[in-house]
Order: sequence, then C-alpha cells, then structure tokens
Amino acid sequence: MIEITNLTKMYSTRLGKRTVLDNVNLTINKGERVGILGRNGAGKSTLIRLISGIEQPTRGSINRNMSISWPLAFGGAFQGSLSGVDNIRFICRVYGAPCEPAICFVEEFSELGIYLREPVKKYSSGMRARLAFGISMAVEFDCFLIDEIVAVGDDRFQEKSRIELFEKRSDRAMIIVSHSADFVRQHCQRAAVLNDGKLYNFEKVEDAFDFYKSFE
Amino acid sequence: MNERIAPLLSSFLIQKRVINALILREIITRYGRHNVGFFWLFLEPMMFTLGITTLWSLIDATHGSNIPIAAFAITGYSSILLWRNCSSRVIKAIEANLSLMYHRNVRVIDIFTSRLILEIAGATASLIVLTLIFSAVGLMNLPEDLLTVALGWFLLAWFAFSLSLLIGAASERVEIIERIWHIVTYLTFPLSGAAFMVDWLPKGAREFVLWVPMVHGTEMIRHGYFGSMIQTYENPYYFAMFNAVLTLAGLALVKNINQLVEPE
Repeated sequence: MIEITNLTKMYSTRLGKRTVLDNVNLTINKGERVGILGRNGAGKSTLIRLISGIEQPTRGSINRNMSISWPLAFGGAFQGSLSGVDNIRFICRVYGAPCEPAICFVEEFSELGIYLREPVKKYSSGMRARLAFGISMAVEFDCFLIDEIVAVGDDRFQEKSRIELFEKRSDRAMIIVSHSADFVRQHCQRAAVLNDGKLYNFEKVEDAFDFYKSFE
Repeated sequence: MNERIAPLLSSFLIQKRVINALILREIITRYGRHNVGFFWLFLEPMMFTLGITTLWSLIDATHGSNIPIAAFAITGYSSILLWRNCSSRVIKAIEANLSLMYHRNVRVIDIFTSRLILEIAGATASLIVLTLIFSAVGLMNLPEDLLTVALGWFLLAWFAFSLSLLIGAASERVEIIERIWHIVTYLTFPLSGAAFMVDWLPKGAREFVLWVPMVHGTEMIRHGYFGSMIQTYENPYYFAMFNAVLTLAGLALVKNINQLVEPE
C-alpha cells in the first residue's frame, strides 16, 4: 500500500513561493491501477516525482509499503556518457537485481543492436525511450509510476510495450498520470483529477471524467 | 531481529549497494575501460608528489635538518593531496550525477561518498607505492612505526571526508564556493604543515599553528615515519574532536541539500 497524507509541495520562483501540490491525499492498494488526470502544469509530474521519492515534500508524508519504480517517462534515469549496457548495470546494482539477465532482456526487447554498447548521449530520442522502457521492464516492482508514457517507438513497438507492461504485469499496482482521458479509461480502475494543486478523488472513473471535462 | 535494527540494517545494505554502483560507474566514466585507465587513480597523485619531491630536493626544503628530504616531501605532499583532491572532487559532483538521482535510493551522501572513497583510495595507494619505491632505492627508510602512520593517515582521511561533505554541500547552495575553493586550498598550503615541521617554528608561532587541524595529521604521520629522529607536537584528540564536529556540520548541510535537489 502507498499512503499519501496531506502532501504539499512548494517551489521557490522569482515571484515568491508557488504551491504546486496543496494537501493531497491518496491511497493506492496492492494491484490497484489509479489514473490521475490533469491539464498541463496541473502538478501531475510533480506528484509522480514525490511518490517516487526523487523529490522531497515540503509538508506531509508518503508511506511506501511496496517497491515503487522510478517514473517511467521518455527521459531521465540515464547517464549520457555511459553506454546502454553500463546504464543497465548501474540500475541493476542500485536496485539489487542481477545484471546479466537484465542485459539479455533489454538486448532482446529494445532492438538497439550494437548501439546498446554506445554512449547513451549518441542515441536518438526514440532509441532512448526504447532503452528506458526496456530497463524499467527488466527490474521488477510492485508498483509502476507511469508519466505520459503513451507512444514509444513505432506501432509495433508500442504494441509490444503495451503487452509487456499492461498484460504481463496486470497484477501490479500502477499510478498513471495523463492528460488523455482515453488512456486512463483504458487502463485504470479508479481515477483522480488534479487541478490547481488540489487532488479530487473519485470512486468511479466516469465521475472523474465528467469532473475533468467540466473545466477542460 | 530487533524491530529497530531491521530497517537500519536494510538501509545500510541499500546504501552499500548504491555506493558500490556509483563507484563502478565513476571508474568507467573517469578512467575508461582501456589501457592503464584505472591506474590513473593513484598514478595522478603519485606523479604530483614525485614532482614536488624533486623540486623540494633541489631547493633543500628541510632547511638543513637531518630528515631525508624525499620522505619529508612524500609525507607532506601526500597529506595535502588527500584533503585537497577530496574537497575539489565533490564540488559540482551533484550536477554530474543528477540524472542518476532519478532513482530514489541514490542520494547526495552516496554521490559524495563514492567519489571520496575513490579519492582516498588513490591518495593512499600513491603514498604506499611511493614509500615502497623510495625505500627500495635507498632514498628513505620504511616507517619506524606503522601504527602511528596509519592512525595519522586515518585521521587525515576523516578530516578530508568531513571537510568535503561540508564543501560539496555548500557549493550547491552558494555558487561562489566553486570559484574560491581552489584559491583557499592554495593559500592554506603553507599553513597545513606539509612544508615544515612544527619543531622548526619559534615557540609563539607553534601555539598558533597547532590550532590548524591538518597540522596534527601531518605531524603524526611524520612521527610514525621518522620516530625518535624528530620531535613532533600532534594532538590526536584535538584532531579527532575537530573532525567529529566537522562531520556533524557536513552531514547536516548534506541533509539540507537533499531537500533542494531536483533531478532534471
């Protein structure tokens, strides 16, 4: 279970403090898939980053009782001067997962071929995204944080990713942050809406949509 | 297992894992996978020390005392390198590793620690190798009292570590530290005890210079190297106390910085 209580995050800007998340409460149970809808700049990514623990809350607490992935998104998580393989090794060591099976899996899955042994900074953004997705599937978590990961690679690769994440890992909890109502409808059992830093929880996905549409 | 110890132990294991991963990463990015790569870790400080040793031998920097100049230079310059290299390596270390902090368990303290372990290991290897080589060719004798040397070196490494925590964290908050730290280390060089023995100073100056923490480390190391040949004035308790306070301050500042870091 992940328990978020009275979570507040403020950032300092040139024009003073700005509250990005304001007293957010949310509970995610084992195996539950929760969608968080919000427009651009509503604070979705900030929420995901706080849950993952890469940023610290200004106030409030997050109780994590299961292993949580880093935010699966297009960028981040890589050291550009290291090769793809060395990045896999680093991440496996950090999470205490065996390296060799992970390298085999990513080699097979990402279809990067010889480029897996080149520095990541030489990759195109598509190659990076494929590597990122591959690595995050090579380390197992109880809960995946998904930040707008809708389109990685071409149609075939997207389908492959969808099967890997949503079918093979259908027993895992997921927090999916998106501005696309369809994506959330397709994959989530429950949804919440983030607007102006406040999080509105709904029992039914449809109620969340109606609310989201009312100010869209 | 005890309820309080269990989470502490698992945190410790995670930290060990993360620091290990960071060290291996650092070795690859800094030294590459090819040629002598990894040996640069101690070749670099060794070459530095060798250069200084040659220079000091030429100008007879022991001022006519009976200490072998090579050993004097090696002990002195290795001491300097230890805390100077450590403290400059952590400046901007966070920036270089920011993308790795995308993983929750990679924290500021781990990034600093991994770099410092490498730096301390390099300086230590350089000191040992140089001592062995110079003793083998007869330019100096092996240390008289290894335990005192080891203790002095340990205290100095502790000083380097805690100083670096403080400087590394402070440089994240205040940009100017990056610019002036190099100058500060340069200017403290004459004060650090590397180029003189406290015994050579007039009595008034001795009292003053013994407030400088690094002096105690260098004195102690030389005490171990030369033994009864010389008179030294180190106070290991003072140095340890100073380090303890410095460590607390460093850890506090690192914790504070942790709140501010925002990966990409």
